Amino acid sequence: MSTELPVLKAADFGSDQDVRWCPGCGDYSILAQMKKALAAQGFPREKTAFISGIGCSSRFPYYMSTYGMHSIHGRAPAFATGLKSARPDLQVWVITGDGDALSIGGNHLMHAIRRNVNINIVLFNNRIYGLTKGQYSPTSEIGKVTKSTPMGSLDNPLTPLSVAVGCGATFIARSIDTNAKHLSATLQRAAEHQGASFIEVYQNCNIFNDGAWKYATDRKTKQDNVIEIEHGKPLIFGAESNKGIRLNGLDPEVVELGNGIAEDDLLFHDEKSPEPTLAYLLSRMHQPEFPEAIGVFRAIDAPVYDDQLNDQVAAAQEAAPDAKLNDLFNSGNTWEVE
Amino acid sequence: MASTVENISRATIRFAGDSGDGMQLTGTQLTNTSALAGNDVATFPDFPAEIRAPRGTRAGVSGFQVQFASEDIFTPGDQVDTLVVMNPAALVTNLSDLRSGGLLVVNEDNFVDKEFRLAKLESNPLDDPEMDQYRVIKIKMTLLTRTAVEELDLSNKFADRCKNFFAMGFVYWLYNRDLQPTLDFINAKFGSKPDIAAANEKALKAGYNYGETTEAAISTYQVEKAKLEPGTYKNIMGNQALAWGCIAAAKLSDKDLFLGSYPITPASDILHELSKHKKFGVRTFQAEDEIAAVCATIGAAFGGHMSITTSSGPGIALKGEAMGLGMILELPMLIINIQRGGPSTGLPTKTEQSDLLQCMYGRNGESPLPLIAARSPADCFDAAIDAWRVAAKFMCPVMVLSDGYIANGAEPWKIPDYDAIEKIEIVHPGERSEDDPPFLPYKRDENLSRPWALPGTKGLEHRIGGLEKDHETGNVSYDPDNHEFMCKIRQEKIDRIADFIPELEVDGEESGDLLVLSWGGTYGACTTAVSQCQADGLSISHAHLRFINPFPRNLGTLLGNFKKIVIPELNLGQLQKIISSTYGVTSEGIHKLKGRPFTVSELTEQFKEMLA
Repeated sequence: MSTELPVLKAADFGSDQDVRWCPGCGDYSILAQMKKALAAQGFPREKTAFISGIGCSSRFPYYMSTYGMHSIHGRAPAFATGLKSARPDLQVWVITGDGDALSIGGNHLMHAIRRNVNINIVLFNNRIYGLTKGQYSPTSEIGKVTKSTPMGSLDNPLTPLSVAVGCGATFIARSIDTNAKHLSATLQRAAEHQGASFIEVYQNCNIFNDGAWKYATDRKTKQDNVIEIEHGKPLIFGAESNKGIRLNGLDPEVVELGNGIAEDDLLFHDEKSPEPTLAYLLSRMHQPEFPEAIGVFRAIDAPVYDDQLNDQVAAAQEAAPDAKLNDLFNSGNTWEVE
Repeated sequence: MASTVENISRATIRFAGDSGDGMQLTGTQLTNTSALAGNDVATFPDFPAEIRAPRGTRAGVSGFQVQFASEDIFTPGDQVDTLVVMNPAALVTNLSDLRSGGLLVVNEDNFVDKEFRLAKLESNPLDDPEMDQYRVIKIKMTLLTRTAVEELDLSNKFADRCKNFFAMGFVYWLYNRDLQPTLDFINAKFGSKPDIAAANEKALKAGYNYGETTEAAISTYQVEKAKLEPGTYKNIMGNQALAWGCIAAAKLSDKDLFLGSYPITPASDILHELSKHKKFGVRTFQAEDEIAAVCATIGAAFGGHMSITTSSGPGIALKGEAMGLGMILELPMLIINIQRGGPSTGLPTKTEQSDLLQCMYGRNGESPLPLIAARSPADCFDAAIDAWRVAAKFMCPVMVLSDGYIANGAEPWKIPDYDAIEKIEIVHPGERSEDDPPFLPYKRDENLSRPWALPGTKGLEHRIGGLEKDHETGNVSYDPDNHEFMCKIRQEKIDRIADFIPELEVDGEESGDLLVLSWGGTYGACTTAVSQCQADGLSISHAHLRFINPFPRNLGTLLGNFKKIVIPELNLGQLQKIISSTYGVTSEGIHKLKGRPFTVSELTEQFKEMLA
């Protein structure tokens, strides 16, 4: 008799809880694509855990039928590191936002990435604090007028992917909430990667920062404003696919194909480049000067923290298969009292 | 000519010198050797927070005190019988603890103008007429050490590093200690550097022989074996005992141990110790900060490990929010605080008991956690196991309190037989199929504990978090009645632990004039002081708290049985406040905030005053 495992559908990854994000929030789409990605990869539901911090995005675990923890503000990568170190058999996802990950939790994000813990970090970037009702965030543009910055914000924004590159991330990607197919595929790539995966998702907060990514999502403009990068392929974009990115010294420039400029003159994407220079360069391409890149910026193999930690334990146990606590207690200088 | 040997029941020795002089090593060696000789021992290392404070200054003085005895002792001793000082700064900062008639051993080579200036002294303190009350032995330790190691052709810099072994050798002669354990230690520690090993050995023997040949006129001392309970013993420090207790607790419950920690004095030695024991399934994670350390600990607890985090007061302050999360998640873990002098950075290398209120109440919301305090270095082993028993049975983080005095102090530990320690039973719920009723992650058992369902178990998928949860289902709930119910039931769960822990034992009569109520590291001084008062026929009893939350069931009754209650603490009366608010009784306090433990005599004096 065959004991074929039932194949889980996307809907099987949803919990019985009512989803309480505002109607029209970009989070709905990310939730749907996550379920699809998990169903597609076929990893057991009970071996999957979602860990989040605090913020709108961080309600995510409640809406999944996997194991989950809604933790405290900014610290999700630290909880995930502990869980994954103790239980390398689990697939651990971190759900975070621009405030959660880059403001209060900047330290933990940096260290989870540089350790290369085998977790998948998904940062929902809406460039605003939503749950606290509309203050500017570390990714808000300079001059942003919000409840806490009536005369405009003064801080330089962070580019999440540049931060990830700086921390030595081994997997870096970007996608967009409404680009369903691309997002689902990107999440699957992240899940497959061994080591810390960092995915930024452009997510629209239709209440407090509506249209923050309009240039990247509007049907009329997105092809000119977004460039989909693929490993081994030239950087080409535009509604007519007639524009490209070329390197001029160390700087990228936008060129039009034709008039002596061929595809071979363009920058070719290499996500496996051992040096993070190209990934960094791509992360620095901002509107309006450049199209903003989506896709996998970087995917390299490197030693994984939790594997190594558990390997050390296994090696120590193999070297001392009969280790007894009584031997430890009686080690060193002891004496008898009659 | 052999000197006369005087039999004494106890001796207190202190080595004091520059923080680079190796005084801690010297004291530790004398402690181990004395323990191996069968004495009861108790130690008090006292060192500056700076690794190398300016040489020769008072701020840079590092000391190590040890008492060894042929009887049961609980403290490192009040007054010092023999004080060894390596320079003038060490002399002036330590002399007040030397008893009148005590022996003062000085490294004469360092009693020169330059050193006087560094120690901010106008003249040679040895010329002070006050010195007459001590028996002063001046030894040119630097010169004699250089001479002893001459043939090894070491630079003076290296030769001078051995002079602590010379001082040690002299004290070994004085107290008729066996050189062999220290010779073995030298071999083990410096074996790969034969020059250094040989030099230290020569210095040690030179010090010993110097005593034998030149000071034979004074008598030496012999402390016989102590009458300890039969068994195998080893000398153990508090942090080591705590680390081993955690390993044992994990094994007893068939768990791997996970430590999330960030370096902080005086807790770091637990991280160092546990990181050595991977073969027992120990995983240590040195986190990026205190917050990450506790968060990773909670993550590993969710994953099913015995999970602990170690820190000291400033770190515990940073962990506050996550501790509250651990509490509402109702996951078992230990949060270990090795207290040091506060507030803020305070006195990192000194001891204090001033984090009690922080650990009891330092979280937002109604956030009760059980709290257990170790009383001595060896007791840290049992405290760790007891704490994990409570955490695992009642599904909650447990606060474990130790302090710098216990952590760095040492005493003989009667080595337990691991196989004879009662196991810790933990049952995780098993798989469920779709036909089973839905899994309820917050459904409580008879102890009000929820099930510890492990990720990876089919059919138990559930979500936990810091938002208030619905009774039984654990789903997010903003219902006002549910919130009040949950706050009360979480409190009740902790209160009910009182039925699980032993009642408070009284040393002395169950009623009388004065009850001394103590907790944590003051155990030794209180025990000794009370027994001295009892010997003088006073109506005084002693009770020492191990669990402070919840209190033992009989505490209230006991407090009512005495005319007066006194609570000695190394703080401004923190336990006193809790006792007062819990039982409505008035008590007196004895408070000390000097970064040092109580001496027996200062307690005895005050107890007697209260009974006068």
